[in-house]
Amino acid sequence: MKKTGAQALMECLEREGVEVIFGIPGGVMLPIYDAIMDSNIRHILTRHEQGAAHAADGYARATGKVGVCMATSGPGACNLVTGIATANMDSVPMVAITGQVSTHVIGTDAFQEADTTGVTQPVVKHSYLLKDPNEIPHVVREAFLIASTGRPGVVLIDIPVDVSRGEFDFRYPEEIKLPGYKPTTKGHAKQAKQAADLMLKSERPVIYAGGGVVISDASRELRELVGLLGFPVTTTLLGKGVFPETDKLSLGMLGMHGTSYANYVMMKTDLIIAVGARFDDRITGDIHTFAPHARVIHIDIDPAEIGKNVKPDVPIVGDARTILKDLIKILKPRVEKKEGANIKAWVKQVAEWKKEFPLVVPGGSLKPQFVVEEIYRATKGKAVIVTDVGQHQMWAAQFYKSTLPRFFLSSGGLGTMGYGFPAGIGAKVGKPKEKVIVIAGDGSIQMNIQELATAVQNRIPVIIALMDNGYLGMVRQWQELFYKRRYSNTDLGRGMSPDFVKLAEAYGAKGMRVTERKDVDSALQEAFKEKDVPVLIDFIVEQEENVFPMVAPGASLDDMIGG
Amino acid sequence: MKHTLSVLVENKPGVLARVAGLFSRRGFNIDSLSVGVTDRPEVSIMTVVVDVEEHSLEQVRKQLNKLVNVIKISDLPSENSVRRELALIKVKADSRTRAEIIEIVNIFRAKVVDVGKGTLSVEVTGSKDKLAGLEDLLKPYGVVELVRTGTVALPRG
Repeated sequence: MKKTGAQALMECLEREGVEVIFGIPGGVMLPIYDAIMDSNIRHILTRHEQGAAHAADGYARATGKVGVCMATSGPGACNLVTGIATANMDSVPMVAITGQVSTHVIGTDAFQEADTTGVTQPVVKHSYLLKDPNEIPHVVREAFLIASTGRPGVVLIDIPVDVSRGEFDFRYPEEIKLPGYKPTTKGHAKQAKQAADLMLKSERPVIYAGGGVVISDASRELRELVGLLGFPVTTTLLGKGVFPETDKLSLGMLGMHGTSYANYVMMKTDLIIAVGARFDDRITGDIHTFAPHARVIHIDIDPAEIGKNVKPDVPIVGDARTILKDLIKILKPRVEKKEGANIKAWVKQVAEWKKEFPLVVPGGSLKPQFVVEEIYRATKGKAVIVTDVGQHQMWAAQFYKSTLPRFFLSSGGLGTMGYGFPAGIGAKVGKPKEKVIVIAGDGSIQMNIQELATAVQNRIPVIIALMDNGYLGMVRQWQELFYKRRYSNTDLGRGMSPDFVKLAEAYGAKGMRVTERKDVDSALQEAFKEKDVPVLIDFIVEQEENVFPMVAPGASLDDMIGG
Repeated sequence: MKHTLSVLVENKPGVLARVAGLFSRRGFNIDSLSVGVTDRPEVSIMTVVVDVEEHSLEQVRKQLNKLVNVIKISDLPSENSVRRELALIKVKADSRTRAEIIEIVNIFRAKVVDVGKGTLSVEVTGSKDKLAGLEDLLKPYGVVELVRTGTVALPRG
């Protein structure tokens, strides 16, 4: 059947099960946007391409499906880049579709031309520059397969306008050939047996779980393993929710702003079981002093992560869920036969550390930690929390006790300010029945504030809890601690920032302001009633509050400021 | 330490940039790189000679393996592989020196491939050392231009 490239693209996207695309049209995207009108796929028009990329990312993280964003050539594609890098760094499955100038003028600095595959090359998993509409069917299939399997990531498809306009005989490919793409999913049986041996021998074990557990949908298996062995569990920022932080064996988050007890555990443990985590520098502190007594089991689907930062004693390459299942199968009969070292003293020690060094909400004026805790109470821990990047992000991670995977979304690897709000829009589109609360700062919200228009126009009732302290707070904190309080360019000017309440109202959203502790809960309750438009609550919080505990960059993990 | 990597890739646009990008983003300098098709037109081989530590090489290999268009990577240690390089050298030659130069060229089993008014162009194939040896001997006559292909290699046996 004859189709244009654009029509073929839409049919292929439908066949991949795409429900929604976030994007902005433009000159070379006209054929594709015309075809969107005849498609069942919903398109959400954002106000900036970065917003489209983050929204697709938030949708993907919240649902586990592949997120799709679109932009036109040149500036449109360039504006996607930060969102692409953000998603790829955190292994988020995403397909980015960009328009390109016509094939016969590529490389001539034509109007709105940029070398999109070139610009994005270091920040994507794979990319395609199409030359012929005949390529569309198999390229789309390949793109979705590559984006969503193995260690997920971003695949970019750059489509010149003559390719999307050109007609061809459309045939859906029954199979695709990718000779160089064979991700390992099944863990090595001998390695699993060795890991099980180490686990039963350990007297001071800890499970360190990361985003890979979320991605492989292995939360249930992880909980089952902990039920079997009784090992304490700490998670990374991206792993939040894979194990309930309300459980007595949960240590919360570890690392630079992790709990003191999680960090003490890492320094004293004799066995780290790392699952879908990559020993990032924000986790290990000084790598040379990190976990000095520990043997390491490293489970990861990406072979390149094994031995990159920490050399494991037992590496297992494969899908976390499959491997955890294997481990449970090996361990269950052995535990039932009462095999295994005695870890009672260790678990007791861990409980004592938890009691001795708890995270505490400071008293006094309206503190951001207090606001997060109130959000936790008001939502009973059941909302989808999407954060921006900065101090508020760390407070959210510390004080919002996550219990479910895909309910805490944050830009971990790239640390992209401006991520939170558009990602929240995407999350709400993906999980319309859940409350979605964006915890943002007054610095980061202004990096994508324009998406208020998107949320209003599309009736996406996201709640923004704005921790308004008049500073680029995290950088200010570092200046306070390491640069003699010389606040170079971190002062956003209290009283000189826009009036966020009026700003929200100007966009047609609802705006509220809270300045006192007693009004936090009622404001949240009022926001929950809003079913139609986004709500921004401007919490005027303590200006120079710091995130503690803190491991100074390059310091040893047990050397914590305020710990 | 110098390593020779033989990288089997799909013959697709952009592969070279992706492979080269992995080296450059880690600040590794590529000593030489040669690309050519194999017996199968849809597959090419890149031979990359790079100077890196063992640990970094391991990381590069793993990262290369992650590239969708990379099919296979082999490390070719010098004792277990055959390596060859080709050079074209244009050297100054007049009636006085021409015979001498041709004699040197013959000893190296090289070939004269072009004769100009005041120059000779020489084609030589062999190991890096052999090429360097010939170059050293031709230098006193005046090397006008020199171009080398970079190493290509095959495992032995």
